Amino acid sequence: MSSHSVNASKFVANDERMHWHDQALWFVREKRDKASKSIPEWEQLREFANQIKTHTMANLDTYLLQFEENATKKGIKVHFAFDALEHNQIVAKILKEHNVTKLVKSKSMLTEECHLNPYLENLGIEVIDTDLGERIVQLRNEPPSHIVLPAIHLKKSDVSDTFHEHLGTEQGNYDPTYLTRAARGALREDFLTAQAGLTGVNFAIAQTGGVVVCTNEGNADMGASVPKLHIASMGIEKIIPRLEDLSVFTRLLARSATGQPITSYTSHFHAPVEGGEMHIIIVDNNRSQFLASEKNKKALNCIRCGACMNTCPVYRRSGGHSYEYVIPGPIGSILGSKKEPEKHNSLPFACTLCGSCTNVCPVKIDLDSQLYSLRQDLANANLIDPKKKMAMKVTAWLMSKPALFDFVGKMARKIIPKLPNSILYNKANVWGKQRDLPKMPPKSFKEMFKDGELDD
Amino acid sequence: MRIGLFIPCFMNELYPNICKATYKLLKNQGLQIEYPLNQTCCGQPMANSGCSKDVKKLAIEFVKTFKDFDYIVAPSGSCVAMVKEHYAEFFDNDKDYNKVKASIYEVCEFFHDIIKVENINFNVSFPHKVGLHNSCHGHRVLKLATASELNIPYDSKLKNLLNTISDIELITLRREDECCGFGGTFSVQEEAISVAMGKDRIKDHLDSNAEIMTGADMSCLMHMDGIINRDKNPIKVMHIVEILAGVKP
Repeated sequence: MSSHSVNASKFVANDERMHWHDQALWFVREKRDKASKSIPEWEQLREFANQIKTHTMANLDTYLLQFEENATKKGIKVHFAFDALEHNQIVAKILKEHNVTKLVKSKSMLTEECHLNPYLENLGIEVIDTDLGERIVQLRNEPPSHIVLPAIHLKKSDVSDTFHEHLGTEQGNYDPTYLTRAARGALREDFLTAQAGLTGVNFAIAQTGGVVVCTNEGNADMGASVPKLHIASMGIEKIIPRLEDLSVFTRLLARSATGQPITSYTSHFHAPVEGGEMHIIIVDNNRSQFLASEKNKKALNCIRCGACMNTCPVYRRSGGHSYEYVIPGPIGSILGSKKEPEKHNSLPFACTLCGSCTNVCPVKIDLDSQLYSLRQDLANANLIDPKKKMAMKVTAWLMSKPALFDFVGKMARKIIPKLPNSILYNKANVWGKQRDLPKMPPKSFKEMFKDGELDD
Repeated sequence: MRIGLFIPCFMNELYPNICKATYKLLKNQGLQIEYPLNQTCCGQPMANSGCSKDVKKLAIEFVKTFKDFDYIVAPSGSCVAMVKEHYAEFFDNDKDYNKVKASIYEVCEFFHDIIKVENINFNVSFPHKVGLHNSCHGHRVLKLATASELNIPYDSKLKNLLNTISDIELITLRREDECCGFGGTFSVQEEAISVAMGKDRIKDHLDSNAEIMTGADMSCLMHMDGIINRDKNPIKVMHIVEILAGVKP
């Protein structure tokens, strides 16, 4: 069994929790449907977004340099990082130069990808995630299970237990307002005592040299405004050309993510705070290999709304941790298996190719087609189960011999009905674990046709 | 008008009566149906498992077998989608493949788009509560109906056809087009999720008091039928052509 299916079967084993998870995410999908259908030009917006992103990625060299130039003019220090390690080193260097001992972070999947927190903690720097969901999973020492809803795998009672242990809240008090206020109180203290704030970036505007961060909790604003030092980390693909392009994405992003018309805060950072410093770190970390791939380059168009996760019937029933990659669900399966095919070879197969993700994607990434083609890439690189590969070869060979195929079918229809269930439903029959096999008819259609039984 | 009947391999072996219903349904419209006997499999299970390279020979045979028909019709959305969407890599803008690609239809799509609803009278009564399971490949690749994710006017070719049947009652599902979890080899590779999805899909039908679950892809229905029989659920699976052809439950 592949690693995703092993993890998924564990998640499914708790039927009540699995259905609760499925329903929670389906609820978000339904909110997204309502929000997207309130805009008549929705499909046109998706197409605009697709074209803007595709154009930008095709001219990324130009736009990145334009962004750097304009950001620098605004007094922002721009750094380029080749990979995760270089990113972490740059962050650490900036923090060391400012004698930072405590860093507040707003949500940034890139820093998750770079494993920034443990890197800084090893250097003796305290890192506080300030997004509520991120804070919950940080206290639990877990990775986020969703890119927008990091703690969606947890129930109120889980959060209560965690807060009781770490924040001293009342045991057994599951009231969300009470728990949120407790987190808020603790975080307020962290915002006031941290010497630096790190945020992610939703959009970086080449024309203006500024970055835009979309949040619902205002935590990015606190982190970027209270301490004098603001570091914004972004992947190279966050660039959009012009300020006016932003409107296309802000209209799509929150509606796709949570069904909100817009995030509570859409914050523009175009300069350091007075008397402070602002740094932007632009990270590649294997993104440029997508630019070089005709089949996978559109994966870079992703604006990280999470809609493909919410709609994915497999994600909803297996949970984000089952993917074992920083970004789960359909887009994560593409990014993970392309970047590290040996490690994440099961991910493109954790999918029924239902295509819902492609339809729901606000920037029209061809997710299901990419998952299909990544399967081919994995098989060609001998990264699928050799038994399966052989079985497929044999099946294809058999199917290329019509007479032999007919004969094998005939034999199966003769023999299988005579087998007792104890043999038929043996351990190797995975299909039959929870499903009956179809009943074998006495004749195939071809035999009925040949025997003239069709026109009775 | 010459019509080539394409019968998916597993339907030929396991569901000959549904194939027969398809054949008769087409024949009853006064169409000239031919059934090439050397056909086997479109190669979808292998291609979806990552082994599309092994399928080339089957694809070439398929095109050779069906290239001379005006239309190719099959009672399976996903097999048609395989030929339409995934064969291109085997053919370098080949004229025969391009013709096959343009002339292959899922059987309901064929009735709906080529024969047209106004010209059809199935002359059938089906006094039952029926839930329609929209199988994903027919639904989202062939666009047999408007997918729930999209903000475009709603239409459903399958429902349009079912609505020509007297006394039928189409029930509304909570999730219009949720996947059933079959997914080819996914059904065994990810057995736990596959069965969980199938059970949820069946429950949606049961909660809506459907007596019959129908759809245009027997593979999805076979998966759910397997669960229904194991769990002894009070619902029966029928391929949509059986209903259109007047087969009794």
